[in-house]
Amino acid sequence: MNYRAEPLAIAIFIFFVIAVLGLSYFFARRSKSASGYYAAGGKIHWGVNGIAFAGDYLSAASFLGIAGMIAVAGYDGFLYSIGYLAGWIVALFVVAEPLKRLGKYTFADAIDAKFKKRGIVLAAAISTLIVSSFYLIPQMVGAGSLVTPLLGLPFEAGVAIVGFVVIIIVATAGMTSTTWVQFIKGGLLVIFSLVLVIMILSRGISTTPELYHDFKTIGVASLTGSNISLKDDSYKVVKLIQAGSNTFVKLSKDNVETLWKLNKSKNVLEETQTITHTSSGKVLYNGAPKEAGKFYLVGHLADIEGNPEVQTGSTDPFTFIETIKEGTVVRWGKQVISDGGDSITVYYQMPTAGRDVLIPGLKFKIDPARGATPLDRVNFISLMIALFLGTAALPHILIRYYTVPTPAYARKSTIVAVAAIGLFYLLTLYLGLGAMTGGSLDITNENMSAPLLAKSFGLGIFAVITAIAFATILGTVSGLIVAASGAVANDLMHKFLKIQMSDKAMVFAGRTTAIIVGIIAMILGVLFKSMNVSFLVGWAFAIAASANLPAIFAIIFWKKATHQGIAASIIAGLVSSLILILLSQDMFTNVYHLYNVQAPNPIGQPAIISVPVSFITLVVVSLLTQKSAVSAAEPVLGKGVAKVPEAD
Amino acid sequence: MSHGPATEWEKEKSEGYKTKLGLFMFAAYTVIYFSFIFICVLSPRTMALDVGSLNVAIVYGFGLIALAIVLALVYNYLISRREKLDRGSDSKGGKK
Repeated sequence: MNYRAEPLAIAIFIFFVIAVLGLSYFFARRSKSASGYYAAGGKIHWGVNGIAFAGDYLSAASFLGIAGMIAVAGYDGFLYSIGYLAGWIVALFVVAEPLKRLGKYTFADAIDAKFKKRGIVLAAAISTLIVSSFYLIPQMVGAGSLVTPLLGLPFEAGVAIVGFVVIIIVATAGMTSTTWVQFIKGGLLVIFSLVLVIMILSRGISTTPELYHDFKTIGVASLTGSNISLKDDSYKVVKLIQAGSNTFVKLSKDNVETLWKLNKSKNVLEETQTITHTSSGKVLYNGAPKEAGKFYLVGHLADIEGNPEVQTGSTDPFTFIETIKEGTVVRWGKQVISDGGDSITVYYQMPTAGRDVLIPGLKFKIDPARGATPLDRVNFISLMIALFLGTAALPHILIRYYTVPTPAYARKSTIVAVAAIGLFYLLTLYLGLGAMTGGSLDITNENMSAPLLAKSFGLGIFAVITAIAFATILGTVSGLIVAASGAVANDLMHKFLKIQMSDKAMVFAGRTTAIIVGIIAMILGVLFKSMNVSFLVGWAFAIAASANLPAIFAIIFWKKATHQGIAASIIAGLVSSLILILLSQDMFTNVYHLYNVQAPNPIGQPAIISVPVSFITLVVVSLLTQKSAVSAAEPVLGKGVAKVPEAD
Repeated sequence: MSHGPATEWEKEKSEGYKTKLGLFMFAAYTVIYFSFIFICVLSPRTMALDVGSLNVAIVYGFGLIALAIVLALVYNYLISRREKLDRGSDSKGGKK
């Protein structure tokens, strides 16, 4: 797609950045103590904290990634919404109040509260840094990817803008400004997603959406072996190209060559879209330079109940889904072929029954009738386990429990978060299906589905959604950098290395760390430019679930847990999940670029193995070290609740 | 600078009740969540069955999200009511 920078989008973006920086300057004076810097003084109102939770949690993967995945693969993208929200059940019912009682600034504080052992602090701090890094990289990559099409800037500029703005937010006012940025972003994201969905339902569904390019078909007169003749004489057949089970036909008209897909059952040629990397180094979009604008947005229904020309008008939420269910959605397949010295990526139409779009299985292989193997299904279960158990173990989420005054407020803010995040995830299905059927899908960049959907309603809403998408990244990255900065300054420097620091020095160490972590994040963002964003986020959940959750459960519920057992379980969870990830086929193919090499680990999602490994390690090591842990403290349950001042 | 929880501890009467209720609700949701996943894996075509004008996948998926919100609100209502009762009995005890 050839994107043009829209002045209104740039203006709102600049306004937003200035507002965020102004906010940070305003709160800087409140962040001179360690408590102010790392935990916003523990005085944030639970309602504000709840929405900030949403702002922290709903990252680029949620807003851009899920909407895009639904637009391309239907219900399978919605499975992420279900899993991400279900994770909050663990956070609310099991973790929220006990974690608040135990901690002060960081996840390691809570895990170490009973034992005061450096081994636990080191393990928890390393875990925080690794999980935060896995979460941080895709956010930075997302920032670069977003800024390029929306603001017309290069990828590196997007990474740099996010990096510098976030460094200023975190280094000036730490958790206080981070909280308010997340609160504003979380609130705006939910409100404007709702507005967008209302607009989608008001517009209804049309088989010929406004932005829709009418892809042509040409009747086949005869087909014998490799000889084909067409009903339309204005096209000249250049050659047939067989690619796997697909047959493509290169045609020429007015000296322009185009590629068509042969549909044998209908006896027609269907227009495709192509990106050609020529042997001379040119990149052509549908045979022309990108600037010519010949590469089209896609996404429409071919028919509704067999009728190819339908315009429903405004619908209610249920009728909207029912209409898609009774229709045929034109999805797009992708195949890379070689033609002489050229490499051509061909995107071709794949009409899919609406009924199949609205059930799992288009992306995740789970149905043996469609070729799913037992391993495919294990991978799916493993992913859903990671999403369910990972949320309550993400360090940048856990530290938000320390910004409210009491465990009861931690609980209440979690409930606000569940409501706001739940509403947002319900909306994602409509955002994705709206893009899928509303001609708003860029098949080369599915992450742009939500902003492009907004653009189909006008530049005003597009500009606002653009700014919110950018804010989504700012809010999450700020939280991650605060978590990483606490892990380094508080856990590693102060508690593990025993460097004695005054309150002021703690803040200075945190600010310095935030700057360093921010710069490292920018470098990683550029290095991992071509990495698939959703892989890393899914893995961050798996690593967090494996390394942190067993330790959290033990500290809350298990009296016999020892410090050796807890430290060992964190390390076992970390190491096993990382090894499984690094040796997975996804890494071999997408990161190491070792094509046609069989990876040693056939399971791409590690949680189904690494979570049990961590739990077993915890139990075995704790039972083996009972004698040396005679001073083991009581589990947190029964310890009581802290007396603290009232919230603002 | 000292670390660890910075505040004094106060015994909370409702803690056992909170834990039991939290674990019960967690267990109930876990069963419903993993039932959804196992239906997806073991009987994927079940997800395509009609439920009114929708299908099992949509109704179950929406249901899981809505249930999480409802359970969260019920949990907070029950816990807050219990905390209020405890505070009431504490203040009565204090007057004796």
